[in-house]
Amino acid sequence: MTRYVVWAASWLFILVMLVTPPALVLTEALKDGVGASLLTLSDPDAQAAIWLTLRVSVVAVTLNTFFGILAAWVLVKFRFPGRQFLQIVVELPLSISPVVSGLVWLLLFGAQGWFGPLLERWNIHIVFAVSGIILATLFVTLPYVVRTVMPVMEVQGRDAEEAAVLAGAGFWQVLWHVTLPGVRGALFSGVLLTTARALGEFGAVSVVSGHIPGETETMPLHIENLYNGYQSVAAFTMAALLALMAMSAVLLRSAPDWLARLQEKKA
Amino acid sequence: MTLSRLAFLKAGGSALPGYRLSLTLTLAWTGFFILLPLSTLLVYPWQGGTGSMLSALHDSRMLAALWTSFSCAGVAAACNIPCGLLLAWALARGNLPGHRLADALIDLPLALPTAVSGITLATLYGPRGWLGSLLTVFGISVSYNKAGIVLALMFVGLPFVVRAVEPVLRNLPHELEEAAHLLGARPWQIFVRVIAAPVLPALITGFGLAFARGIGEYGSVIFIAGNQPFKSEIAPLLIVVRLQEFDYPGATAIALVLLCVSLFSLALIAGVRRRFAVWSEPA
Repeated sequence: MTRYVVWAASWLFILVMLVTPPALVLTEALKDGVGASLLTLSDPDAQAAIWLTLRVSVVAVTLNTFFGILAAWVLVKFRFPGRQFLQIVVELPLSISPVVSGLVWLLLFGAQGWFGPLLERWNIHIVFAVSGIILATLFVTLPYVVRTVMPVMEVQGRDAEEAAVLAGAGFWQVLWHVTLPGVRGALFSGVLLTTARALGEFGAVSVVSGHIPGETETMPLHIENLYNGYQSVAAFTMAALLALMAMSAVLLRSAPDWLARLQEKKA
Repeated sequence: MTLSRLAFLKAGGSALPGYRLSLTLTLAWTGFFILLPLSTLLVYPWQGGTGSMLSALHDSRMLAALWTSFSCAGVAAACNIPCGLLLAWALARGNLPGHRLADALIDLPLALPTAVSGITLATLYGPRGWLGSLLTVFGISVSYNKAGIVLALMFVGLPFVVRAVEPVLRNLPHELEEAAHLLGARPWQIFVRVIAAPVLPALITGFGLAFARGIGEYGSVIFIAGNQPFKSEIAPLLIVVRLQEFDYPGATAIALVLLCVSLFSLALIAGVRRRFAVWSEPA
């Protein structure tokens, strides 16, 4: 009896709290039909927003993956003074408000910031430009690869790497041929989490972007702009597209498991 | 043997190569992308002198915004405790039909970009939305006031509570409950004495994570909040407002308070976890 009450209450809660929002995004986007909804995506500002989001995400994911692997390697394979401090520092962005993550770049490179006047003289624009958006996204997405890769590297141990070194392998060879294949799954998952977060980042980017339509507006910022301008269909179409991109990145993380299960069934 | 021992001493206690290179690159990377930006928060407020910092901290609009953020995040995290406990129980112990789908749906708030959750919740609970119009019948309004903020923060914080509690419930030996039952304990006694005790640290962890996330949350809240100064204006939004007024010291003061509170609550969780480490680590 109690069991049925728990089931009913759980599903009721999930339906009301978690299923209605994505359902609403789709119905609002398709309110005037698929054609009208797709038409809003052909708007030049919408296309510019999509391209900017993709560009920023590719840069952020690439850099944070490369440095994330190195950071995980140094944190797991070596013991040195300040190691725990470094580990805390790497995870800091996770506990910082998105708005604050944007603000710090203004304090560095904004007109009133530390290096603002210097950059002004050299005519370099970081804040309210694409570079600022990239910096804010890098800051926000920095911990994900390190965090997902580290525990698996820890379990992996060092025997294989030490054997490779004795056989004459150099650093990059060990990393590329021995360590990375062993943490492939976690790395894949970390890269996808980074991607999802980079695509959807709103608060941090909002602070440094300057909101210039067609130039420094990413998809989330364009959604805000459209929504506040009462262009509901366009806003929710863009929201549906963004949610689809971010959620497929998150869901794709279990793809290796599905494939393994499929092969098991076949065998 | 001596050779590997020598290398061991030289390279950070390990015989592996690349210590210097990877450490240098990691330090440069974290230094430029985390420590340098964050150091501005610690230094910038004092650049105008201690007086201006103190007067920035006495701004009544700022105190109201901080109170709104902290109280709403606290209430939302507290509301998520029973809901999260229910879902975690259903997933870990209840053989919930369709548990795989439910499991994926729990993480939805983490996967949904905050701007998307923001406009969606605002429409859903707005006066003419699916759930908002339903609530209006009962005379409840959850949009453009603090109830809306709490609701948005509940949505965002739910996965943290469920994911903190679920592994603990899963790893709790069934034998404990069976033994308690055989010894004559009533169901509520089993719940309070056998289940609640080991789950408590996980609940505190979930509460703390949801709270820390809630005080900083921006995108999913601002659309539903109404953003009236002194009433429904959250602290992160006031930072944005101050920046638009070019009041950088004012914005930094709020940011510093948010950062300290969030780090403090996370340190508190770490302390609680260490204190009750017996049950909270998954086997």
